[in-house]
Amino acid sequence: MKFLDEFRNPQIACQLLQEIAATVTKDWVIMEICGGQTHSILRNGIDQLLPPHISLVHGPGCPVCVTPLEMIDQAIAIASRPDVIFTSFGDMLRVPGSEKDLLQVKSEGFDVRTVYSPLDALELARENREKEVVFFAVGFETTAPGNAMAVRQAARKKISNFSILVSHVTVPPAMEALLSSPENRVQGYLAAGHVCAIMGWWEYEPIAEKFRIPIVPTGFEPVDILEGILLIIQMLEAGEYGVKNQYNRTVNREGNESAQRVIREIFQKTDRNWRGIGTIPASGFCLRSEYAQFDAARRFSVDHIQTRESPNCISGLVLQGLKKPTECPVFGKECTPAQPLGATMVSSEGACAAYYQHQHIKVTTE
Amino acid sequence: MCLAIPGKVVRIFEKHGLKTGIIDYGGVQNEACLVYVPEIELGQYTVVHAGFAISVIREDEAREKLAAWQDAIDTAQKNGVDFTIPRNDSPPELN
Ligand code: SF4
Repeated sequence: MKFLDEFRNPQIACQLLQEIAATVTKDWVIMEICGGQTHSILRNGIDQLLPPHISLVHGPGCPVCVTPLEMIDQAIAIASRPDVIFTSFGDMLRVPGSEKDLLQVKSEGFDVRTVYSPLDALELARENREKEVVFFAVGFETTAPGNAMAVRQAARKKISNFSILVSHVTVPPAMEALLSSPENRVQGYLAAGHVCAIMGWWEYEPIAEKFRIPIVPTGFEPVDILEGILLIIQMLEAGEYGVKNQYNRTVNREGNESAQRVIREIFQKTDRNWRGIGTIPASGFCLRSEYAQFDAARRFSVDHIQTRESPNCISGLVLQGLKKPTECPVFGKECTPAQPLGATMVSSEGACAAYYQHQHIKVTTE
Repeated sequence: MCLAIPGKVVRIFEKHGLKTGIIDYGGVQNEACLVYVPEIELGQYTVVHAGFAISVIREDEAREKLAAWQDAIDTAQKNGVDFTIPRNDSPPELN
């Protein structure tokens, strides 16, 4: 078993589609939180195969998309220092800041590098003691354990020329914020399987209870997504709410407790500004005061940088599931993956990029 | 950064005091830190995020589920259910 082809089996997908069609009787709106799932849905045409009763809206679960502009500008300010090696996951390099992106900083001759793991950045700090090595610590709960471990190792091994620029966000407060909005349309959530692999789903139980909605931790393959949708539709049609796990080969209620322990040891909760959405209370992580010396924003005094968003991009509404990318007047015209105007078009996980890549473009260009 | 393809652990070693492994993704191999899956053994599958393995995939759960689906398909086929994808001219790409 490779845990891949088995969950892309068209016959099983077909069986699930038929079960969904046989179960649904009313109109329902379901949000998938995670950008990875958005891509899987569009790549496999799942949105078009579902009965018309079911609308899928796409959530804010793309770390590149929700990282606020001021963090990008802070990253650019730090990366533009001759004493710094600035490291980041590849997809952050093309996100437009107020004036430029990190790739442009690199082309100006500064040392900006893509790394695959925060431990690679720590390794660079070990090898380049005369330089400051900074890692751009963005992402959801999925990247937090790795970033926490890098800081913990730096502290233990006394690697003082290493620091991280932290812009961590967490999913449950965003789910709650979206449900609390007067404009909310979401009636059920496909929760991101890999966030749950780390955090479990115990945090979702009070949300499902409070808003009386079904929440289903779901995997990323087409069969996973279809089964997740089926579980939600079964609960909605029966008037039930609560958390049911689709992704039990990878996720359990408690999650990865050792990862949660290290996250708690290094990080604490903080309010975070989500690009396009605004500030959500206690929706992210920052370094605990014991680890403040590893905070790049303080070390390089860039924490005062504030910026304003371009008014043309509606990615905030896209990230909240209120508009589809195709409803943006510049989608596929002025805004394309080659010339992105907003973060949801830059990132490989962004909803606008997903629509652009997977045929929906014809809707607006015709 | 949220690509999450299951990979098989093909080597385990220590690096700077941390349990580390080589993970094989259908032929492409990459290193991953294994500190958060201390129980993992050679040959098991894991999900890796940003260089860290975050869970050991449970083969028993996967098998059980696939077997249940296969049963449902067999029963449906016995009852004459047609497994062509609904409302579409061409079969969808499920790969
Ligand atoms: S198409 Fe471009 S401008 Fe429009 S919402 Fe998406 S990212 Fe923003």
